[in-house]
Amino acid sequence: MIIETSPGDDYLECRYSVQGRDFVEAGVVSYLIKKALKHRNISESIIRKVAVVTFEVELNIISYAYEGVIECYVMPDAIIIEAKDHGVGIEDIELAQVEGYSTADESIREMGFGAGMGLANIKKFSDVFEILSEPGKGTYVKSLIRLKDI
Amino acid sequence: MNLETIVKYLDIKCKCCWEKLEREVTGGYAGDLLSDVMGNSNSGNIWVTRQVHQNIVAVAALKEHAGIIIVHGAVPAKETIDKAEKEGIPIMVSEKPEFEVVGKIYHLMHYE
Amino acid sequence: MNLADIRDLLEAEIIVGEDKLDIEITTAFGADLMSDVLAFAHSGCLLITGLSNPQTIRTAYALDIAAIVICRGKNLSPKFIEVAKELGIPILLTKYIMFETSGRLFQQGLKGCIREVCLDNRDVSGR
Repeated sequence: MIIETSPGDDYLECRYSVQGRDFVEAGVVSYLIKKALKHRNISESIIRKVAVVTFEVELNIISYAYEGVIECYVMPDAIIIEAKDHGVGIEDIELAQVEGYSTADESIREMGFGAGMGLANIKKFSDVFEILSEPGKGTYVKSLIRLKDI
Repeated sequence: MNLETIVKYLDIKCKCCWEKLEREVTGGYAGDLLSDVMGNSNSGNIWVTRQVHQNIVAVAALKEHAGIIIVHGAVPAKETIDKAEKEGIPIMVSEKPEFEVVGKIYHLMHYE
Repeated sequence: MNLADIRDLLEAEIIVGEDKLDIEITTAFGADLMSDVLAFAHSGCLLITGLSNPQTIRTAYALDIAAIVICRGKNLSPKFIEVAKELGIPILLTKYIMFETSGRLFQQGLKGCIREVCLDNRDVSGR
């Protein structure tokens, strides 16, 4: 799961791989990133946002893609989370971002996911949000969360 | 206690089947996992959930629920309301969280 | 009220966290959909759910949720218990359904919480 991490004082870079349909492991990347951030001088509320955004991108890869990679860059003034996957992609990106819109099947809902809040949640917690997708190929999501002046 | 009492007490909106609000409520069930609701809820229950897709109507009809309250400000899909109208299941909505909605209904059932 | 009081009120079993029963709880959030927990739950709240998967615990960890009550008397898998211990989140197991669980706790004064986050990064408590 962990591809590599490159820790420094002001900078941290982590990469994690995620398998599609691997629901048992859902949230592990979120947990690992949060654990890594706890030892740094970053406010709890920011760490929580990063954890939620990571969880949501992770869930999207697991629910809808064959496999993907999540990268997290911690810089002095911001944290960036990038998720890239190979999968079915998103047919209608604008619609996918509407709260409550979901293409989840019953099996996903029975596991407690698929309420259609994922992209809306990521947007809500991000200062900068970017999403690109090609149906039949995959999806790219980027979230930037600014760090407060400490 | 009937649905109308609950609607007034919680100050929530009913989206369809207003004529069914006189239905008696036997108890409450809260949950979002359809298989669980199908297995464990009872006839005459008021079902509190945040699920919005039309399958909730099928479940409520099957289990003969008195009605459904959708919480967390979730918006029921149009197909859900259409199906509820056909099946005669009142759908009510609340912006409040499940915990508060259930807590108030529970209070009404036991203490008022 | 603290976790020991909650245990007594719900006739619950402490599965993980015997050493954390003095944790104080003022708010609770009930849901089976982890998407809603991620979107709306407060940090420090009590999560009430019937979803007994490891994902539930990881969701709670992401949000710094204080403890989880698993309702409907589920059988908890060894993996679930292992993840709860690893992440250090207290788990209470009650036979009561979510309606009864939420109802009882609400009568004791716990408040519901539904969260909004403003664009300037401030959390707005309660609603």
